[in-house]
Amino acid sequence: MRTELSKFLKSKFAGQLTEQELFRDQQSFVVKPDAIVSVCEALLNDENLEVKFLADITCVDWLGHEQEKQGRFEVVYNLYSYKHSYRFFLKVRLDGENLSVGTLTGLWKGANWLEREVFDLFGIKFEGHPNLTKIVTPDELEGHPLRKDFPLTWEQPVFSWNKDDPPEVRNER
Amino acid sequence: MGLEEKIPDSIILTSLDKMVNWARKRSMWPLGFGLACCAIEMISTFAAHFDLARYGMEVMRASPRQADLMIVAGRVSMKMVPVIKTLYEQMPNPKWVISMGACASCGGVFNNYAILQGVDRIIPVDIYVPGCPPRPEQLMDGILKLQEIVEKDSLKKVHEEWGRKVV
Amino acid sequence: MSAEKKTITLNMGPQHPSTHGVLRVKLELDGERVVTAEPIIGYLHTGIEKTMESMLYYKVIPATDRIDYLAPMSNNLGYCLAVEKLMDIEVPEKVKWARVCLVELTRVASHLVWLGTHSIDLGAMSMLMYAFRERELIIDLYEACGGQRMMTSYIRIGGLASDLPADFEKKVRNIIKTIREKMKDYDKLLTENPIFIMRTKGVAVISAEEAINYSLSGPMLRGSGVDYDVRKANPYSGYENFDFDVPLGKNGDAYDRYLIRMEEMRQSLNIAEQAIDGMPEGPYRAHVPGVVLPPKEDVLYKMESMIFHFKIITDGFDAPVGSVYQAIESPKGELGFYITGDGTNIPRRVRVRPPSFVNLGSLPVLTEGKLLADVVCAIGSIDIVLGEVDR
Ligand code: SF4
Repeated sequence: MRTELSKFLKSKFAGQLTEQELFRDQQSFVVKPDAIVSVCEALLNDENLEVKFLADITCVDWLGHEQEKQGRFEVVYNLYSYKHSYRFFLKVRLDGENLSVGTLTGLWKGANWLEREVFDLFGIKFEGHPNLTKIVTPDELEGHPLRKDFPLTWEQPVFSWNKDDPPEVRNER
Repeated sequence: MGLEEKIPDSIILTSLDKMVNWARKRSMWPLGFGLACCAIEMISTFAAHFDLARYGMEVMRASPRQADLMIVAGRVSMKMVPVIKTLYEQMPNPKWVISMGACASCGGVFNNYAILQGVDRIIPVDIYVPGCPPRPEQLMDGILKLQEIVEKDSLKKVHEEWGRKVV
Repeated sequence: MSAEKKTITLNMGPQHPSTHGVLRVKLELDGERVVTAEPIIGYLHTGIEKTMESMLYYKVIPATDRIDYLAPMSNNLGYCLAVEKLMDIEVPEKVKWARVCLVELTRVASHLVWLGTHSIDLGAMSMLMYAFRERELIIDLYEACGGQRMMTSYIRIGGLASDLPADFEKKVRNIIKTIREKMKDYDKLLTENPIFIMRTKGVAVISAEEAINYSLSGPMLRGSGVDYDVRKANPYSGYENFDFDVPLGKNGDAYDRYLIRMEEMRQSLNIAEQAIDGMPEGPYRAHVPGVVLPPKEDVLYKMESMIFHFKIITDGFDAPVGSVYQAIESPKGELGFYITGDGTNIPRRVRVRPPSFVNLGSLPVLTEGKLLADVVCAIGSIDIVLGEVDR
């Protein structure tokens, strides 16, 4: 399956495929951000490969690591083919101000929540997503918690018990 | 009970206190809601093996309006905070709170942006049950300790304490 | 409500006895019919992933227990397998077999909780008592192994926390015998119960194509007849040595999923029995100095072991740069751990692929146009654990 897959991607998306990695028997392909939707569509519809299962979408923040030069955020698409029992990964590297990539909700409905979660926790925008809003964090929380520059133990003071009656006011009384 | 407001200060209650406390102690109805892992241990406590019905507490109430005791079983996330506060305020007086598990008491292993570091920041807690999760025996012990507190309460004293500020 | 609007909005949860925790469902109702049901989650968002990304590889294990707290051993296993893949560690045979045995019993325990809560939602009150009574046996086994009733952290990187307890075999055989016996009672109580059948048959239906399209996994996917079980498709931890069936449904409704879970419990008991029959002898931890903790007995008597122990506990080990993904079949579906190492002793990214989170995403399609009472049945048949949904 691995050779077929890389042949398929190389022949069809030669310009968009920037890198191939093999780590611990796991194949991943790095594609350009604007190509991800068309690559997935081709994989889904190809009769030979039948990549039908979008297992997961996630993201890695490489802040402060050598890898950051290639792009700070790495969006990882975890795809699986039932027919070949084969799993591989598509990666998209994003950097700078414009953290956006096309949505897969048109191909897989399951991508809806997965993309919302990545948006919520990392702030990656998925263009064309029907309802790109916060999903797990409270509405009041500002920022994207899983970014490396978000402090771990920072409590947003929205719910503090003396919010309505802050200490300064009390001292005056 | 609605009755204690009408008792003038000069009256001392003794036997009535005893009776009311006995009744309250033996028929405490917990609010049936769980938050996280601790809730599973709470259900275990209510289920066949540990059988909390022995202490007159098996009636889990789904509505806060009918409950006397709130067992905060599990971690309280920031998103859940307003909900818990509302639930507490919806419960009729007199009401008691047990904070079950390390998370509810102090944040437990999750000292991070998402978890409230102790439910006592938003509602007053009567009994803290340590453990992650506490064993059912521990929860039972907590409940028995709470019953001791209830037993010693006076109708009038409780009345005074109801006004305690929520910190 | 405006004059033209024909529907009413109803909030279910986050405190509701049949949402299995703190799920909130926003329902648009037209009379008794559900127009849309939108799950709103995050009421148990714990920041577990962030917490994991701030700890040494070893210290993450207790946090994995708390993701899916009904099946702590499965989470331990998924995480440990992923780290073992990242560090390229091979574990001894005995460890594999013991892990399989424990994880399968975990599946039984998790399904028992599901059985109890699902049937209590549908009005069968006594089932919960029976299910928890039997679960207590498995919890006792956990306690014997890991010293804790629920959060065992028993499966560790490269092996187990300690050797199996002396009466492990006896305990497991007792569990298998008792639960097999009791399963007959459950069948009598529910499988042929006309009320139960009426509440579940033809309710919360999802077709095979849609199930795949929604990325479902586990009993939700197999209920619709798609044959995908990670244990068969990509065996891990020596599952290729075991002989078991993967039950499949036909109609994709709540009743089929019920039957599948019941059958899975029987199969799991069979697997556990095979594991206990063929349990090989050997060490309970791999020998990989500097990465896997040496056995406790050695630490007390050997100098090098003691030094390694000290070093691993304080400093951990450095992982290579790279990402691995390890999927296992947890009771809820495909549970995956995506771990990215960055050359230091702290993982750069630990992503949990949460099966119940993904499965819950299908709630709108399960309930569209159905009755309000069916929403409860649909939520129950998805078998969610909020700890895993929100993390
Ligand atoms: S104290 Fe432990 S068991 Fe209880 S909710 Fe917190 S993590 Fe879960």
